[in-house]
Amino acid sequence: MADKTCELFDCGHRACGGCGAALAARLMLKAAGTNCIVVSSTGCMEVFSTPYPENAWKVPWIHSLFENASAVASGIESSLKKQGRKEKVIVIAGDGATFDIGMLCISGAFERGHDITYICYDNEAYMNTGIQRSGATPYDASTTTSPAGSQSFGNKRPKKDMPQILAAHGAPYVATASIAYPNDLIQKVEKAINTVGPTYVQLHAPCCTGWGFESDQTMAIAKLAIETGLWVNYEMVDGEVTKAKKVVRKPVEEYLKTQKRFRHLFKPKTQDAEIAAIQAIADKNAAKYGIDIKLKKE
Amino acid sequence: MALAVGCRAHPGKGRDNKTGSWRVFKPLFDHEKCSKCGTCQVICPEGCITEDKEGFFDPDYAYCKGCGLCAEECPKEAIAMKQEEK
Amino acid sequence: MLEITEGSMAVAEAVRLCRPQVVAAYPITPQTHIVEALAEMVANGKLDADYITVESEFSALSACLGASAAGSRAYSATTSQGLALMFEVCFNVAGQRLPIIMTIANRALGAPLSIWNDQQDSISLRDSGWLQFYAEDNQEATDLHYIAYRVAENPAVQLPAFVCFDGFILSHTYEPVDMLTQGDVDKYLPKFAPTERLDAADPVSFGMYATPEYYLEFRYETDKTLKDAKSVIQAAGKEFGKMFGRDYSAMVEGYQLDDAETVIVAMGSICGTVKDTIDDLRKEGKKVGLLKIRVFRPFPSEDVAKALKDAKHVAVLDKNISLGAKGAVALEVKDALYGSSVPVFDYIIGLGGRDVRKNDIREVVALAEKGKGDQFIGLRKEVL
Repeated sequence: MADKTCELFDCGHRACGGCGAALAARLMLKAAGTNCIVVSSTGCMEVFSTPYPENAWKVPWIHSLFENASAVASGIESSLKKQGRKEKVIVIAGDGATFDIGMLCISGAFERGHDITYICYDNEAYMNTGIQRSGATPYDASTTTSPAGSQSFGNKRPKKDMPQILAAHGAPYVATASIAYPNDLIQKVEKAINTVGPTYVQLHAPCCTGWGFESDQTMAIAKLAIETGLWVNYEMVDGEVTKAKKVVRKPVEEYLKTQKRFRHLFKPKTQDAEIAAIQAIADKNAAKYGIDIKLKKE
Repeated sequence: MALAVGCRAHPGKGRDNKTGSWRVFKPLFDHEKCSKCGTCQVICPEGCITEDKEGFFDPDYAYCKGCGLCAEECPKEAIAMKQEEK
Repeated sequence: MLEITEGSMAVAEAVRLCRPQVVAAYPITPQTHIVEALAEMVANGKLDADYITVESEFSALSACLGASAAGSRAYSATTSQGLALMFEVCFNVAGQRLPIIMTIANRALGAPLSIWNDQQDSISLRDSGWLQFYAEDNQEATDLHYIAYRVAENPAVQLPAFVCFDGFILSHTYEPVDMLTQGDVDKYLPKFAPTERLDAADPVSFGMYATPEYYLEFRYETDKTLKDAKSVIQAAGKEFGKMFGRDYSAMVEGYQLDDAETVIVAMGSICGTVKDTIDDLRKEGKKVGLLKIRVFRPFPSEDVAKALKDAKHVAVLDKNISLGAKGAVALEVKDALYGSSVPVFDYIIGLGGRDVRKNDIREVVALAEKGKGDQFIGLRKEVL
């Protein structure tokens, strides 16, 4: 059982106030404990935690490049196996590093079946470089490389389904989580770490700076993502969905209107067709994972 | 301090960076209203909220960035954000 | 023990004797025989290593990086396109000061695609911070692996190294090679014991980022370390000579150099052809010699300057070209001789596996004596 009082992510790091990823790092390490080796990709978390010589990680940690965390982790796992050591190898990488530039390495590592845990903190864009579009950016989100404008409603593509892709690689345990539900996140990370083989946890980490909301709203917005069905918290064991968090669903507008990255859907005028398309995505998620709580009719 | 081989470091020096100086708003913790649920400690992105001997919680103002998450999420509304006086 | 063996097999056996714990490699011509041989050794219990069949060369070196940081002796091999794909990781490995050894079966870089030999691949990474050894024959290719690990892992060095040998010309050629025994190598190469590693017992963060306040100093330190590695190479090479009878303390080697008026400077297997040509020319009364460069990084500037100071003509053979400028070895040699009046001529030769004959070397000598250089040798004007 994780020691929840242990703080392995030190104060003094340079994340924005209210940072979802910083919270994710803290929670992840509560699940991991001291007997681990963490591999980070280049990105917000790596940058705000390790400007030489300041260091927020109280566990062994390595950063190499943007796209190779899974390959580095594969080598570490291999080395530990030969040395008879028991530290758990954990990758923590952003969505850009995972969905896009890191696809080669994560696919290889999962195909080979290394005993590693891969945690993707998903803030839905390349945040560290200034909010550019990634494969995890949701439909119609405005980013600097998929900006809303007179000819565009923002990002044209839906989120890449990384959990399913990695389940298809034969990952024995795949889960989605959110900082909205910290204890659930910790439990899932623990389960992933304790499952032998390559496991994946994708956790929603809203970014106040990149999404455009006040720093004290990080948890509330993470909850709304789940309550609208745009983010589903679920678990997959050996490729089958075993559990999904059920909600009394709210219309997607309640989530979209809280963030500047979706403001163009409401101002200067409400874009009903676009909002309907996003509602359809939520409805599809709800149907796929069975998340709707069916209220008894009076 | 000699330059580390390969740009590496042990933990510890991060604490030299007193991020409390970033604050615009300061969280004030009212122990009278506090139910000791520990939510604030769990969700602080800095991890700077600690429990005292009586089970109440307080932030470390040397590091608290004043993000306001603790105040927003406290179920007893026991934390209030007040503008810092400079 | 003397064996007639294919270059790749000799290298694979040398690597086996070095006891790497992690081997991560991706197949690419003409390195494949090495990585296949190592896989077979693991499968038959002859090599106690974890063999990772990675999904690309980029991943191969990245996996080695992780393994080395975690405290394992790591190994990979590649060439040409594969090495180019590793470009980013090469800089990372050197900057993180991890003593990984990689065999480079030198091959030309595309485009146009070529599977045949030249030295463009490893030379194009001369800025990366890796030591670079070039083998003249398969004996050197084999021996240089033991020496490379010993030098790289020395606490005063902690830098990675390429052991380069010409693809096909050496890798796929059978030569007599004196193979050491496991006992020999265990005596020469101690167990890998890095001063720092990824370890929960003593947490350290590797690969932090450096602001402008620190980056310059890190680069200075790495450069200084690479330059100071000369003394470590000399000591390791001398010790090898004492133990096994083949001295590798010199970073350059002269052949018929003492009274040479025309000196050819070269790296790798071409030196064999040069030596044979020199033997012929000497019989004809010509005073020609060879300066073989065995270590390209750190570049042995002083040794080169000393060896060439009395030459009347220096003819550098470059199996590479820095497009838009000159051959890399010639540029380094010229720099080493800066301030002297010794003329240096650059000859681009043997690119993409173009066979180098004794007549080509004769042509080089003739051109150098006439004061003509900075040109391609063997250019087929009829196809231009």
